[in-house]
Amino acid sequence: MDNPVMIKDSNVLDVEKVRKDFPILDTLVFGHPLVYLDNAATTQKPEAVLNAMNEYYHTINSNVHRGVHHLSQLATDAYELARKKIAEYIGAKHAHEIIYTRGTTESINMVAAVFAKRYLKAGDSVLVSGMEHHSNIVPWQLACEERGATVKVIPIDGNGELVLDGLDKLLSEGVKLVSVNYVSNALGTINPVRDIIQAAHRHGIPVLLDAAQAVQHMEVDVQELDVDFLAFSSHKIYGPTGFGVLYGKEKWLNELPPYQGGGEMIKTVSFEKTTYNDLPYKFEAGTPDIAGAIGLGAALDYVQALGLPAIRQVEHELMVYGLEALQEIEGLRMIGNSANRAGVLSFLVGDIHPFDMGEILDKQGIAVRTGHHCAQPIMDLYCIPGTVRASLAFYNTPAEIDRLTAGIRKAMKLLG
Amino acid sequence: MTIKEKQDEIIGDFEFLGNWDDKYEYIIQLGKELAPMDPIYKIDENLIRGCQSRVWMHPEYKDGVITFTADSDAVITKGLVSLVISVLSGHTPKEIIDADLYFIDAIGLSSHLSPTRSNGLLSMVKQIKMYALAYQAKSLQS
Repeated sequence: MDNPVMIKDSNVLDVEKVRKDFPILDTLVFGHPLVYLDNAATTQKPEAVLNAMNEYYHTINSNVHRGVHHLSQLATDAYELARKKIAEYIGAKHAHEIIYTRGTTESINMVAAVFAKRYLKAGDSVLVSGMEHHSNIVPWQLACEERGATVKVIPIDGNGELVLDGLDKLLSEGVKLVSVNYVSNALGTINPVRDIIQAAHRHGIPVLLDAAQAVQHMEVDVQELDVDFLAFSSHKIYGPTGFGVLYGKEKWLNELPPYQGGGEMIKTVSFEKTTYNDLPYKFEAGTPDIAGAIGLGAALDYVQALGLPAIRQVEHELMVYGLEALQEIEGLRMIGNSANRAGVLSFLVGDIHPFDMGEILDKQGIAVRTGHHCAQPIMDLYCIPGTVRASLAFYNTPAEIDRLTAGIRKAMKLLG
Repeated sequence: MTIKEKQDEIIGDFEFLGNWDDKYEYIIQLGKELAPMDPIYKIDENLIRGCQSRVWMHPEYKDGVITFTADSDAVITKGLVSLVISVLSGHTPKEIIDADLYFIDAIGLSSHLSPTRSNGLLSMVKQIKMYALAYQAKSLQS
């Protein structure tokens, strides 16, 4: 089929070629070739990442930092090289501003716990938005509950965009930190985070960005954004699960108390007094997921070899194609209609329950996600049980969108 | 019919349905034919927890036998609910407690009973058995 994405042009991604790096995409599901449209839940891994992790275990596996032998030195070098790569990828000033965590959820929990300890008092509040993932709501609720503080919410409108008119007023009411997502996992909305950060900083308030659905789709530069904290997960950017990143400005990380205690995060330990290690190790207790770090480093290498501008272009064209194709389906309505969007196509068809739609799509080999996507407040606001969510990556194709729309039509016949 | 006989009949019916299209079409049809639930019972207290779709269930205990009515807002779930009710409704607490629901596996829908599938079927079966236990305990007391 004629499609600009398939043209072998040095400025455009050769998607057919790239798909060969992901053999799992050739799997058959219920006899049909897999159409994997659940990338916001987790992405597939290229051979380069799998090989890097395998090679680590085959050739240099060793505990990092504390050993005196050769393998431990090689492992440490690889582990810290990954940290440098991550720092470069998000434009951090120092590699020691990159803290390794188990993922976005842990990163946010970490900041919530230690920030609350140091800065949150009774009567204070934390400001989140109405479109947050539960991982960017519940940690703040837990922290605020402990301190007698409250969680305040920036409202969202029917289009799935933040209502920022009242932001200055919200910020002046005892808010100690703002935490919002850069891109919504349920709606695909790209939020105007620069405006939010600038407004918060005018009030002297730090900002955390949940970038779990952003770093794989667009350039994210923490210095340019001037953001105070940023969190993302390895497994959503073609790296392994169980690993993620918390970026924090050096000045904040130096101020904040440790999160977990144990080996590695200490300088000296005695029963009278224990002193803590420098950044980033102060926040990295215990033996880390070394292979995870190396895997994420390899994933970022892979993404940068393809080039984010090429990825953005391909994904944008696919998004436009997808939106057009879906909106041709009678009775289909998009949930989340922001003009500024990335990755996610959430929709409902007539009265069909999203679960029913997802089931029938599954039997046709099409992997989407249904339900509230860990964003119940959005679903409650829109009075819907959930949505059907197709989420894109650069290895998806217009032909797969065609399979999706055909699959939806078949489901409509069956469920009508 | 006993619970076992009902299950075997369903397995027999499903043998004629080769592919998933036909199976789901049949299940959806069963859902449409499920006896409507009295709206007064479609309340939060009767919601089965742990579902992506909403499932309401209401038991009645009379003459030593429990009958269930149910509803769901998802069509496939309603069909599965209808199947489970057709097998377990109209039996004594002991028969329900002792019942081994092998038919779901046998008709190739075992994915719907795994805990990762949050469609409420597993929760519903658990709830039915809990009602049966409760009614059994109650009747032993009186």
